[in-house]
Amino acid sequence: MKIEIFGTGCPKCKKLFENTQKALIELNLAAELTKVEDINKIMEAGVMITPAISIDGEVKAAGKVLSVEEIKKIMNS
Amino acid sequence: MANDCCTEKNIVVFTCSGAANVGQAANQAAVELQLEGTAKMLCLAGIGSHNSGMIASGKGADRVVGIDGCPVACTKKALEHADVPINDHLIVTELGFKKHPYDGNIDREAVEKIKTEVKRKLSTQPLAPSSGKESGYTCSCC
Repeated sequence: MKIEIFGTGCPKCKKLFENTQKALIELNLAAELTKVEDINKIMEAGVMITPAISIDGEVKAAGKVLSVEEIKKIMNS
Repeated sequence: MANDCCTEKNIVVFTCSGAANVGQAANQAAVELQLEGTAKMLCLAGIGSHNSGMIASGKGADRVVGIDGCPVACTKKALEHADVPINDHLIVTELGFKKHPYDGNIDREAVEKIKTEVKRKLSTQPLAPSSGKESGYTCSCC
């Protein structure tokens, strides 16, 4: 599983990254988790509102700091 | 744009950007609304092409404005098809402008009227304040 967190480095982007780390730990999942802070790469993904989270190339949510539970839910969907 | 994470509210605008005069006026109005800082313009083509980033950005916005040139309402239908909620919708022909083939000249009167109408809608139906919850709010950290 490849997970990308899109954001230019603001506190909420960092919070989404942290929540995603926690979700992975709680689910005991191994995944490639990366931050994407380059504005050009963010826009290439079509993300116009940050923070955003993408799983295996599909952007699942943008403009929101998902909770750990919400992230776990989208990982399992 | 994507680096506007820290704006207080994310108001976005989609237009049909259609080939007729009214679609082109709608597109120009959206461009100017973005340049003026009223709303961020997002790509309707990204919705139509099922770009997950664009769809998620529309869904994650606090408020979505849709501008259609004519009653065919491609903007509204495309957003509905992608389950992106529209808060404010307007149709340029309903503002008193007739649809005809675009001749290369943007109708400034139409552009100004569209912008005025969008701003009126945004001011008369203001957004509720952010809840401040960890989940469910848009990025407004700075």
